[in-house]
Amino acid sequence: MDFTLDKKHEMARSLFRDFAQNEVKPLAQEIDEEERFPRETIEKMAKNGFLGITVPREYGGQGCDELTYVLCMEEIAKVCGTTAVALSAHTSLCIDPIMSFGTEEQKQKYIPKLASGEYLGAFGLTEPGAGTDAQGQQTKAVLDENTHEWVLNGSKCFITNGSEADVYIIIAVTGTIEKRGRKMKEISAFIVEKGTPGFTFGTKEHKMGIRGSATYELIFQDCRIPEGNLLGQKGKGFNIAMHTLDGGRIGIATQALGLAEGALDLTVAYTKERKQFGRSISQFQNTQFKLADMKARTDAAQLLVYKAAMAKDAVGFTTQSTYSVEAAEAKLFAAETASAVTSECVQLHGGYGYIREYDVERMMRDAKITEIYEGTSEVMRMVISGSMLRG
Amino acid sequence: MRIIVCIKQVPDTAGGVKFKPDGTLDRAAMLAIMNPDDKAGLEAALRIKDAYPGTTVDVITMGLPKADAVLREAMAMGADKSYLVTDRPLGGADTWATSSTIAAAIREMGDYDIIFTGRQAIDGDTAQVGPQIAEHLGIPVISYAQDVKVDPEKKTVTVQRQFDDRYHVLEAKMPVLITALSELNEPRYMTPMGIWDAIDAPVTDSNDADYAEKYKEILASDGKGVIIWHRKDIPTLKDEDMGLKGSPTKIAKASDKVRKGAGTIYKDLDPDQGAATICQALVEKHYI
Repeated sequence: MDFTLDKKHEMARSLFRDFAQNEVKPLAQEIDEEERFPRETIEKMAKNGFLGITVPREYGGQGCDELTYVLCMEEIAKVCGTTAVALSAHTSLCIDPIMSFGTEEQKQKYIPKLASGEYLGAFGLTEPGAGTDAQGQQTKAVLDENTHEWVLNGSKCFITNGSEADVYIIIAVTGTIEKRGRKMKEISAFIVEKGTPGFTFGTKEHKMGIRGSATYELIFQDCRIPEGNLLGQKGKGFNIAMHTLDGGRIGIATQALGLAEGALDLTVAYTKERKQFGRSISQFQNTQFKLADMKARTDAAQLLVYKAAMAKDAVGFTTQSTYSVEAAEAKLFAAETASAVTSECVQLHGGYGYIREYDVERMMRDAKITEIYEGTSEVMRMVISGSMLRG
Repeated sequence: MRIIVCIKQVPDTAGGVKFKPDGTLDRAAMLAIMNPDDKAGLEAALRIKDAYPGTTVDVITMGLPKADAVLREAMAMGADKSYLVTDRPLGGADTWATSSTIAAAIREMGDYDIIFTGRQAIDGDTAQVGPQIAEHLGIPVISYAQDVKVDPEKKTVTVQRQFDDRYHVLEAKMPVLITALSELNEPRYMTPMGIWDAIDAPVTDSNDADYAEKYKEILASDGKGVIIWHRKDIPTLKDEDMGLKGSPTKIAKASDKVRKGAGTIYKDLDPDQGAATICQALVEKHYI
């Protein structure tokens, strides 16, 4: 067992760090303040291949692995939580399910454009009455056998990259089935393109954190998509959604990790500069112990995140969920670490930490969502304990 | 077209300059980076490659084995083959010995159309190596390039050369050597794919038993590759022109820049009054 990155990953990290510092950091405060989607940064990431890091080269991607993508997410999240989540939703929630479940035709049609950044991706599962509980889904898809089109009706809420994305993975009810004598909803997954008649965007959400991220309601009113846009088998939508979220959780765990690391870096620098009672506050043992606790916890989160990424790398794009528990552990621990660490970093900044000019203020607001989206910390505990108690 | 870019690994002076007790640079204590002017030369070459498909961009550096890092970086940005010239007898070279060695190595690399070097390296600031290489090779040199255009049909380059408060527009026939300013362009980032290819690139060392065969394979492939050369691989280099012994420059002492005071400005004086005032000030300070 070796806990060091190899040359490729070390070099990739230095690239992502340079890019994050030069291109992402300067905009972080502004896009938060203005609740503005960082389109220009997405374009720069696209130009440098960051939107297709895990995509095989035959589909126009960079042909790198999950760990490389995680390093990119980590360095970007260190300076901007908003930019990181846009990349995560695109890569983990849109590219991944198409690569894992798509037909060759679907892959050829969508992946090269997603990998090059010509298309941005998104994923729609959550509804006003259905988040984790997929059986609460109300959005319906009915096959019109005359025209060979699926007709979608319903709405999705809290969708990351909403209105900005060009391709959406949408989960919808396609009928009812009997399972162990009980009637249950049959759930399927679809690929829906922006601009399809009947597909519009509703309210833009105003959020506590990741305020530059475009979070929208998606509305489907007799939205007709080709029959061939069914993703995976009919009736397998719940599995596809859960499998997709397993990968997504690695992305969010990394976002959380980056936020904790970024806040900690700033706080170490601040405590060395800030003077009280004639000496820098880093000379007080209270500060030193807090920094040590935060560092140990953040490093532990990093190990869980890298372990989850490597578990995913071991299988690549697959329809099998072999890394659910690793992803859940990484997300649970990294998200709670991010919240605790960023909050403590604000505390060590004193009054300045509460002022918007200081990045830790934004990082604390950004961190909270990592405990909620793509499965709350409570759901992560269900996933982990479920695997312990099964069988 | 074939373009050769000369690059150098230098200590990153952005993090402060560190010296050993004997007054020489403590390179180990400073981060090593690709010299910024050289990176601009590489970017200029890669832009020509983007504009004229079929162009190849090869890089060469002389240095310690760890200079491999800048070759990998250049390949991750888009360069094709890279050459590391490294050998104990080549060490301690000044600009004369360096340019003699690199020019001799370039002769072994085969035909080329353009050579780019940086204007100067941030560790020595001499700006001599580029023009000297051109001199050794007997090709024209255009220094301080702030804009470069090529005409592959006519085999010419048109270059804006920075000059005090203006620039000169110069045209030269290929093969030509151009020294680039870091203001020439904004160098691109590496790409993740480029990094993977650069690290996976095959390496051959002329001391290896299978060198001849492997070198051929690397040259024949479309991909990247690292070639490591030693003294014996550059036969046109004379012993008296290489390494410390072949270096006419002797460094007495190196030091960090000494911060100067703001000085005194005397205004509204005619030349005679000015001269008298300055003389008086120098006398007061016992300088004259």
